[in-house]
Amino acid sequence: MSKWHFVTDGFIKNNPTFVLVLGMCPTLATTTSAMNGLEMGLATMFVLILSNIVISLIAPVVPDKVRIPVYITVIATFVTVLQLLMQAFTPAVYETLGLFIPLIVVNCIVLGRAEGFANKHGVVESALDGLGVGLGFTASLTVIGIVREILGSGAVFGWKFIPGDGILAFVMAPGAFLVLGFLMVLFNKYLAKK
Amino acid sequence: MEYFLIIISAIFVNNILLAQFLGICPFLGVSNKLSTATGMSGAVCFVITLATVVTYLLNQYLLVPFGLEFLQTIAFILVIAALVQMVEIVLKKISPSLYQALGIFLPLITTNCAVLGVAITVVTKQFAFGGAAPHMLNLAQAVVYAFATSLGYGLAMCLFAGLREHLAGNDVPKAFKGLPIALITVGIMAMAFLGFSGIV
Repeated sequence: MSKWHFVTDGFIKNNPTFVLVLGMCPTLATTTSAMNGLEMGLATMFVLILSNIVISLIAPVVPDKVRIPVYITVIATFVTVLQLLMQAFTPAVYETLGLFIPLIVVNCIVLGRAEGFANKHGVVESALDGLGVGLGFTASLTVIGIVREILGSGAVFGWKFIPGDGILAFVMAPGAFLVLGFLMVLFNKYLAKK
Repeated sequence: MEYFLIIISAIFVNNILLAQFLGICPFLGVSNKLSTATGMSGAVCFVITLATVVTYLLNQYLLVPFGLEFLQTIAFILVIAALVQMVEIVLKKISPSLYQALGIFLPLITTNCAVLGVAITVVTKQFAFGGAAPHMLNLAQAVVYAFATSLGYGLAMCLFAGLREHLAGNDVPKAFKGLPIALITVGIMAMAFLGFSGIV
């Protein structure tokens, strides 16, 4: 179990959203509900694990000068694979997340892990790191999605438990910034107490 | 008239930062000072407009005729990366002063999702302005849309940098310091920009 910490690090210590503050665009844009946040997180995790594996394999033979374009091409390939898979099997999800699926290419988390971890570590560690960071990202997005869904429409994962209309602003753009800001405050408080 | 509607819609109603959430990372990263914010906005404006023209033509005359639209993501990101590199080299030769002003921001722009976002939006989304039937943008409209969008980026960026310079001098509770208070400020700004919705 010595490699287990590669997975757990991604959750708290290297949490991509609240600690590293990477990949803000999908974090803010797709968390209108808990389900959307979860789906976006899983889509990113798919690309993250596969690109980490391939990059850790090819890193020793890629010349240092062209490594960034090579990494971007690898990531873009897996994003295209993901796009085609989603169009075939989950067209409704693809429709909701829309532009933010192709934009996984420029998500700084994916390139950041390729450059900061996968090119210096073995295949197994890189896959576990991808899993950990991916899970951390998914968890953060789901939490933000849950908070926004409760405040915005009085529901969780589509299950409505507060009758009537919610506060519409939390489903729209301003709510994304406000919820993320206040959640970050709570996370800072928690880290300061530890 | 349609061009006018495109411009108003791209700058205010569908502001790329505050309503579409594209390019947030550099927005939070370099908005500490007004001078860096203007530099970054200038560089983004330049690259978005140029990248949109190139990717639009690439899509229209290479990908679509051969039925290769599924390669859009890969092709566009490579074109943008190469373009940014070229702009950097050309600027260095032709206008060293402009290079000095924009130089440090250019490499950052490749991974700015606003550039890829606008390029993809322009070739995949149908637009409808002023009651006209939804249609794809032609090249001239695409350029206007890209330029106006990047102006909206600059506007939001500079407004926010101004606010943030004031925030720096204020006594903020410890847990709110840095990003959290910045995000909450953007949230309030976004609420103000919601007031523009319904104009177009």
